[in-house]
Amino acid sequence: MKVIEVENLTKRFGSFTAVDNISFSVERGEIFGFLGANGAGKTTAMKMLCGLLRPSGGRGIVSGFDINRESEKIKASIGYMSQKFALYEDLKVWENIRLYAGIYGVPEKEATERSHTLLEELGLEKERNSLVKSLPLGWRQKLAFSVSIFHKPTIVFLDEPTGGVDPVTRRQFWEMIYKAAASGITVFVTTHYMDEAEYCNRVSIMVDGRIDALSSPASLKKEFEAESMDEVFRKLARKSKNGEL
Amino acid sequence: MEESNSKAISVKALAKNFGKVMGGGDGSGSGAVAAVAGISFEVERGEIFGVIGPDGAGKTTLFRILTTLLLPDSGEAKVMGYDTVKDYREIRKIVGYMPGKFSLYQDLTVEENLKIFATLFNTTIEENYHLIKDIYGHLEPFKKRRAGALSGGMKQKLALSCALIHKPEVLFLDEPTTGIDPVSRKELWEMLGRLKKQGITIVVSTPYMDEASLCDRIALMQEGKFLMCDRPQAIIDSFGKNLFSVKGDNMGALLDGLREAKGVLSCFAFGDSHHITAEKDNGTSSAVTAASLKAELERAGFEGVEVTKTEPSVEDCFMELLSK
Repeated sequence: MKVIEVENLTKRFGSFTAVDNISFSVERGEIFGFLGANGAGKTTAMKMLCGLLRPSGGRGIVSGFDINRESEKIKASIGYMSQKFALYEDLKVWENIRLYAGIYGVPEKEATERSHTLLEELGLEKERNSLVKSLPLGWRQKLAFSVSIFHKPTIVFLDEPTGGVDPVTRRQFWEMIYKAAASGITVFVTTHYMDEAEYCNRVSIMVDGRIDALSSPASLKKEFEAESMDEVFRKLARKSKNGEL
Repeated sequence: MEESNSKAISVKALAKNFGKVMGGGDGSGSGAVAAVAGISFEVERGEIFGVIGPDGAGKTTLFRILTTLLLPDSGEAKVMGYDTVKDYREIRKIVGYMPGKFSLYQDLTVEENLKIFATLFNTTIEENYHLIKDIYGHLEPFKKRRAGALSGGMKQKLALSCALIHKPEVLFLDEPTTGIDPVSRKELWEMLGRLKKQGITIVVSTPYMDEASLCDRIALMQEGKFLMCDRPQAIIDSFGKNLFSVKGDNMGALLDGLREAKGVLSCFAFGDSHHITAEKDNGTSSAVTAASLKAELERAGFEGVEVTKTEPSVEDCFMELLSK
């Protein structure tokens, strides 16, 4: 079953084409890495997939809904987390969970029960009444991820979730991603850590608004005669015409 | 001349606490947080010194003390022989500082920003153009563009140009590569290499462990302390455990399998393989070897298993230090 399916998706801002005719699909339970240089069009593409930005052309289905006509339904059925914005720092741990549960319409009784389980699994029971800003970054990011899938979305979008996180926590975070994927949640993730690209089932690399490569890490390395994903990335990004513009 | 004056930076027992973070209603807020918890180190002139650690380790606080923007609670720090508290005026003339957060004037053009910095330091763009040519060259076609309208990578280049225009003796770069893609990161490090050749001492912080090897010496920082401070190779040489790289057909299950294997002390995913640590074998029959590990995993039903003994990276070292 496909959770994302887009065809010729395009976004233009004036004369600039940020996303240029991309087509791809993502299977249920897949961990899909969405890579690209700064300015390649990742954020714009992701916003369209999340129902936050209307495409200039092309069509797409996310979680069974049309990105041109049913963006509100898409928003309700996905999870989202980024490094820059994840939780409300001035709210307590439990308040954040309740807030998100409320926004996504999780029934109150169920929310109370599940928030206990969640905090227990994260080893955060004692921090239930702490303000999020008093938690170390690594804990915050793990909590943010759990909250982003609290309403059991079909797909979760993670925008550089591990930026600046220490190397041990970064790996624990990925083990949480594996677990979510095994439970059937599709994971759509961007990262600048090329070792993390290896943890994805498939990876796409955007260059100048187009998807220039899409395959499993192993076959990409083969195709580009590269030792590592870092090398694959560098070989592709070098072809960019826009560069930093 | 005092011994410490010959160093670019000399820091003794430096500490900085921040006031109480307000906690929840149950008083769970912790007391004062030690952002810098008693650090001592030196940086040689002309060296690239890397401060490597995750967000919240205290890197920015340390940089702000060294650039005289923040007063320490105790301890002392000298930059090119000047005391960061007493001689802050002198230090401000000879250091360049690029903060982690973009701090230029968004409403001024590229050229105007650079001009302001040059003027403040009594110099002109022309006078020190040779220092920034390499970096500013990419920006010149857009010198009439507002700084706020630049892409992330371009902002970074402009900020670096502004930090260099007065020809500083010591350049402080706080996380210049955070959020930057691998290609731009590589470019930036090439620029730093060329600035080093001009004799500028560079102190740079980064959360990316793979940038450690590009520094002459590094400090691994966590919770306000330096876990270790040395040449990258010396840190690697002091690893103290045997490290193996393991691959197999089912990498997810293999992670759990390895954690149960005899003699495995730690096991983490590491790109396309898993890294495991084991005690150094001192000729004892119980020691883990590549062959014994492979045999054990195959007995447990894993297929396509490949085990190789491997040299640790700085990231392995950091993780080992964190687990202590």
